[in-house]
Amino acid sequence: MSLWNKHAIFEKNSIILTIGILVVVAIGGLVEIAPLFYLRSTIEKVEGVRPYTPLELAGRAIYVREGCYNCHSQMIRPLRDEVERYGHYSLAAESMYDKPFQWGSKRTGPDLARVGGKYSDAWHVAHLANPRSIVPQSIMPGYAFLAQAEIRPEQVAGHLRTNSLGGVPYTTDQISNALVDLRAQVNPDSPGVQALQARYPGATVRAFGGNPTAAATGTVTEMDALVAYLQVLGTMVDFRTYDARANIR
Amino acid sequence: MAQSQVQKTLSVPEIGASLAFVGTALLCLFIASGSVDPAYSFHIYIFAAASVAAIFAIGNRYFARPAVIPQEIDGKPNYNMAPVQFAVAAAVFWGIAGFTVGLIIACQLAWPALNFDLPWINFGRLRPLHTSAVIFAFGGNVLFATSFYVVQKTCRARLAGELAPWFVILGYNLFIVIAGTGYLLGITQGKEYAEPEWYADLFLTVVWVVYLLVFLATLWKRKEPHIFVANWFYLAFIVTIAVLHLGNNAAIPVSIYSPKSYIVWSGVQDAMFQWWYGHNAVGFFLTAGFLAIMYYFVPKRAERPIYSYRLSIVHFWALIFLYIWAGPHHLHYTALPDWAQTLGMTFSVMLWMPSWGGMINGLMTLSGAWDKLRTDPVLRMMVVSLAFYGMSTFEGPLMSIKAVNSLSHYTDWTIGHVHSGALGWVAYISFGAIYCLVPWLWNKKQLYSNRLVEWHFWVSTLGIVFYISAMWVAGIMQGLMWRAYTALGFLEYSFIETVDAMHPYYVIRALGGALFVIGSLIMAYNLIMTVRTGEAAEPEATPALVPAE
Repeated sequence: MSLWNKHAIFEKNSIILTIGILVVVAIGGLVEIAPLFYLRSTIEKVEGVRPYTPLELAGRAIYVREGCYNCHSQMIRPLRDEVERYGHYSLAAESMYDKPFQWGSKRTGPDLARVGGKYSDAWHVAHLANPRSIVPQSIMPGYAFLAQAEIRPEQVAGHLRTNSLGGVPYTTDQISNALVDLRAQVNPDSPGVQALQARYPGATVRAFGGNPTAAATGTVTEMDALVAYLQVLGTMVDFRTYDARANIR
Repeated sequence: MAQSQVQKTLSVPEIGASLAFVGTALLCLFIASGSVDPAYSFHIYIFAAASVAAIFAIGNRYFARPAVIPQEIDGKPNYNMAPVQFAVAAAVFWGIAGFTVGLIIACQLAWPALNFDLPWINFGRLRPLHTSAVIFAFGGNVLFATSFYVVQKTCRARLAGELAPWFVILGYNLFIVIAGTGYLLGITQGKEYAEPEWYADLFLTVVWVVYLLVFLATLWKRKEPHIFVANWFYLAFIVTIAVLHLGNNAAIPVSIYSPKSYIVWSGVQDAMFQWWYGHNAVGFFLTAGFLAIMYYFVPKRAERPIYSYRLSIVHFWALIFLYIWAGPHHLHYTALPDWAQTLGMTFSVMLWMPSWGGMINGLMTLSGAWDKLRTDPVLRMMVVSLAFYGMSTFEGPLMSIKAVNSLSHYTDWTIGHVHSGALGWVAYISFGAIYCLVPWLWNKKQLYSNRLVEWHFWVSTLGIVFYISAMWVAGIMQGLMWRAYTALGFLEYSFIETVDAMHPYYVIRALGGALFVIGSLIMAYNLIMTVRTGEAAEPEATPALVPAE
């Protein structure tokens, strides 16, 4: 059989074999990935999605650092039970500034895509410190140490700048005021609150970690940041005005 | 090569590598001077110390080595097996470590107090430690050991390079240490199975390129015109993992003084890149690489030729072509466009065929040698691994069907599926290869005890059965509870009720894991005793009589 003999060209030449492998494995990836960057239907335009505030971004880094994605998804599927349990199914636009995405692949705990606003800050602080004090059957680890750890101020702006290099539309104004905005968001009495909310429409300002006196002195803890992040999850799009049909072409 | 007058001099690679390590050490000191993150500084100092140690090692080696290392001795290839021995020992060490961390996190899910509410050992940080330790540390060292062994034997040539193989093995294990300690200290980029941060990724890239070059250069030295089939699979594994690693880890560091980086992709595109990478870490690291092991060690151990050469050609190309498409089945019903999900599902179902092609080629190799399963527990382990491979590559396509996936996704069914592949297929074929390699590498007649292999086999098989059946029940039950409705049309269970229902299965899973750890300890004891007390093997027959492999 001559066809089988032709395969000898791969078996006798390691470079041809290597090139053959590269070509064969490139096809699937190219077909599935490349169109996602230019098909406009991949990420529909949605009102309300904005880049994270410096505090929310710092909270997100803690979410990533502690490996929350190992047990919590952030992706509500358009299935009846999920929509009733967690809220409107997740839109691509809602994670368009997420680096990396945190959709997750396991729900040892519940989905968090729309956890924002579902519980009070105090609930989150108590629950993070000792989950079983709020939910006796919970198997989540406790994160009391977050309340003691401060957000290091040196690189707050650097995190925004790096995100903007990767395509997140942070303005120079937002980057240069990053540290001011970080501190303002935990201190409602701060003079910077208005400017913060102008830069990040819809951003909420509270002592998220439950320690207003420390927050007033410019001390921002990891608890503040993580709770601020959890409270913004899924709240950027207003689904009372969202029109799912608007993007159908 | 050396002429008649042999004068020992520093070779070009020795000088070049020493200079490179001096440069690396200086760069590390420069970065450490500006770092504000103690965990990052710790890692940079490890790199600096490793560079200095490498310089000393090169120096020591220079004084110990002969002026010229012969490529052949008495017409027989002068195989370079010391790096292989190191990788085998590292695989056994990391295997036990990785299985043990798996047992710990299984216990944490059953008894959450075991998190002790400390940052360094909570589930979220330990779980990547477990996955990296078993996949990349244990599996990776098995792949390095076997690939360096198989490529030498099947090419009948000494491994290319003298320092390069050591750089690959030691560099890779250093990467593992950096990655693992990083997770515990909170350094992660938060992408599953690709958690190491930018600087570890860069270092791994260098190691991997050297690995590819060593492998290719050894192929170029081969005495056989044809490249043996196992080496096709190793080559596909090395090349594709390099592509996947670069694509998925494209990241911009916050600064060179910071361990933190941000991936250049975001949201949907990042999800697609991640699972293109993630599923093909399974496809090329845990499948193609281990099929290569199967293609050498099963025929060797069974003393039968590979069942079908044509089947190996067809299933090789079909496997590597189809696998790449399967990633989106991790993203069913998500915000990823439907067309991509459908492609992922379709190719996942098709993937069933080449997967079973590999299984059939392996199992049928035993034609005429099935009786050996009664007397050779090592061969039995490898055959059972092929059975598990067949089972999990049937289960995978099943779970990739969207309707099935709507139930199975996010549940422990996935965890059970992964472990039937990881424990049953990857670990078992690895154990089989290690049991073969240790007597061969340390020149022993046979293993210390076949009875202990029997014990390892049965204890760990029982463990796997406990593990995967507990996860099947837990996963399907939780999936059904999430979607259960009362007669009045309300969701029947709160989320926490479904968590509570998992407890007994999490306990059974931990028991299964404990049995698997015990099995691996039995193996380690058996291997240590083989090396320490085993009877030396008879000298091999003259090389001219050794058949081509």
